[in-house]
Amino acid sequence: MNDQAMPAAGEPIVPIEDRLIHPVGERAAVTPKERMTILRQLMPEQDAQARARNFEEVNLGLPQQLAMLEAERCLQCKNPVCITGCPVRVNIPRFIDLLARGDMRAAADSLLDDNALPCVTGRVCPQESQCEAVCLRGKKGDAVAIGYLERFVADWANHHRDSAPAVPTSSGKTVAIVGSGPAGLTAAGELAKRGHTVTVFEAFHAAGGVLIYGIPEFRLPKDIVHDEVTRLEQMGVRIEPNAIIGKTYALDELRATFDAIFIAVGAGLPVFMDIPGENLKGVYSANEYLTRVNLMGAYRPDADTPVLHGQRVAVVGGGNVAMDAVRTAQRLGAAAATIVYRRGMDEIPARREEVHHAQQEGIGFEMQVAPVEVIGENGWVTGLRCVRMELGEPDASGRRRPVPVPGSEFVIDCDMVVVAIGTRSNPILTTSAVGLKVNEWGYIEVDGAGMTSLPGVFAGGDIVRGAATVILAMGDGKRAASAIDAYVRGELPVAQPEATSAAI
Amino acid sequence: MHPIIGKSKLSPNVTRLVVEAPRIAQIRQAGQFVIVRAAEGAERLPLTIADADAGAGTITLIIQAVGKSTEDLVALEPGEAIRDVVGPLGQATDLLEHGRAVCVGGGVGTAVMLPLVQGLSRNGVRVTSIIGGRSREWVILEEELSRYGEVITCTDDGSYGRPGFVTQALADVITDGPIDVVYAVGPVPMMRAVAEMTRPSAIPTVVSLNPIMIDGTGMCGGCRVSVGGKTLYACVDGPEFNAHEVDFGLLSDRLSPYRDFEKAALEKRHCQLGPQIAEVSAAATAPVGAAR
Repeated sequence: MNDQAMPAAGEPIVPIEDRLIHPVGERAAVTPKERMTILRQLMPEQDAQARARNFEEVNLGLPQQLAMLEAERCLQCKNPVCITGCPVRVNIPRFIDLLARGDMRAAADSLLDDNALPCVTGRVCPQESQCEAVCLRGKKGDAVAIGYLERFVADWANHHRDSAPAVPTSSGKTVAIVGSGPAGLTAAGELAKRGHTVTVFEAFHAAGGVLIYGIPEFRLPKDIVHDEVTRLEQMGVRIEPNAIIGKTYALDELRATFDAIFIAVGAGLPVFMDIPGENLKGVYSANEYLTRVNLMGAYRPDADTPVLHGQRVAVVGGGNVAMDAVRTAQRLGAAAATIVYRRGMDEIPARREEVHHAQQEGIGFEMQVAPVEVIGENGWVTGLRCVRMELGEPDASGRRRPVPVPGSEFVIDCDMVVVAIGTRSNPILTTSAVGLKVNEWGYIEVDGAGMTSLPGVFAGGDIVRGAATVILAMGDGKRAASAIDAYVRGELPVAQPEATSAAI
Repeated sequence: MHPIIGKSKLSPNVTRLVVEAPRIAQIRQAGQFVIVRAAEGAERLPLTIADADAGAGTITLIIQAVGKSTEDLVALEPGEAIRDVVGPLGQATDLLEHGRAVCVGGGVGTAVMLPLVQGLSRNGVRVTSIIGGRSREWVILEEELSRYGEVITCTDDGSYGRPGFVTQALADVITDGPIDVVYAVGPVPMMRAVAEMTRPSAIPTVVSLNPIMIDGTGMCGGCRVSVGGKTLYACVDGPEFNAHEVDFGLLSDRLSPYRDFEKAALEKRHCQLGPQIAEVSAAATAPVGAAR
């Protein structure tokens, strides 16, 4: 077939798969040319019809043999651009090489050293626009399935916890982390590794932030998040739930008690469409809908917390949260669950995999459509009046914005509407903290080291950058942890506060 | 965990729990609330902090058992504990500094009123409390309130105090002389009636709203209410609002989406528990007001 992939003349031809069985620590005998012939592995998935009605995980994970075969596709580049494509700078070629050698413990240690939550990122990262987007293997054929391999190694580590993680010697320094989402948990892990005493304050009754209230079970099983949190606790991290900074404790109290603070409260407030009928029964923010289902467990029939089981559900928005909401509605028994998005399929911001999975599951897509009114009867939603959109003339920025097509109004019959068009900053902490500088949208301003206008107070994740991804928040958490480590050791120069009117 | 230190029954379906929550006891202000979760897997319930003892580190919660979750909560006994208590949440009441105030409480709303009356009385404000119930056994906190000023007690059936609704008593108090502010807490129809009564004479009137919510920090948006044509969140912007600007129709509506679910959950609970809760069950059919 491909004679370039053949072994040298005279040797028997052994399929690559069979060459993967080799002593731990050794690489299989695969030539560079053969390497290029291995096709990217496909992620085994739960059957689309079946999974559209259950909350079990969609992706099932690669079996070890296929993971090792996929690992053979990695070119082990001298200049690994995939690492720079990763917001937490995971040394990707290193863990893939160790995986290819069958040295699972070393691969797991390597991965965990770089990434505090690999079971999470291996499932929810948009790899196609990060590490895999720049993967050189992708220049000829498909990129290495880095995300699948990360998940494989991370899950192996999770299932092979022979001993509790090492607790380093105490530095004698204390750090408070506000918020236990991806940024907060990552920072907690990094700081604990460096010997600092870490307390994480969480407003909800359970730790995990968006990982437990937002991302559904079928995409990220909650047991995985609990395992990650438990591992941090074993490292000495203390989690204080039911603690709202700005209500239960003031930021100033934390400043008086801790050597440094990392604020990672996320961008938790829902944005509504501001159209008539939005307060009808059956209209949810995605936050409320997903929190009821995920954090409060309302997808289980015996749950105490109720959630409406819409039969015809319209979800407004095109991001990952919208995909999560619409697929949740389908799993809760909706006969029709439809995405309503004002731009086209090419502009949809959700991960490609989520859109693909949603399509497989029979989710409807009303594209280039904008809602103008929620219609109701007796207080309940009965429909969503929409208008078709087309791309208008380029605006000042040169970008063509969607504009309504005159006379194109139509109604989507529905008994439930979920609004998933974004979030904004929660002012509870920021408005109660004296001297903490925020921008015009209420997001916290930080310097290059991630420090806010208050010395010793750092911030990261969505409360700094606005709604973004889990991995970007984790990157912030990791960078802030380094800066905080330097700060509490007295090695981070602190700029003198500017004499601005805001500071006076 | 938050141990229950004391428990008493105030009316057939209203229970007072004194709960250990030192931090909240220390910093809470009148008008604020907490969210509790009785046990693992339980619903998050918003409850007004009816009283607090900073020295003892306790807060008082007054709970109307109207559904499975509230029944589970009041089934806890001293020595047991509430799993989660978070707060204090919401804005503190903007208490009148001096002058004359009338506080109108209906049903379990009377519990929300108690800290207001205490605070007003501390400010030197002359307070009249008007409280009501269907009959004598449904009247709560009369004695506690009488420590801070005059109390007018009304019963619908005339079995105790003044016969009739609290609004009729309010009408008489309004004609008696000038009032600086009226606070009203209770079932939605009662608060709406009070708002309509004080509107013509433009007496500033404040109501405390308790719509359905999950987090209590502005995150879910479930507690949105319409005030003066603007959508606000009861959890962070309230829970108290200008009664003359509240859309009570919407409030009432948004309290109801889970009625069927709640009814089914309650029936299931009663089937499992057997006949000993028949008394509570009968009480649970009482109109739902400030507590959902």
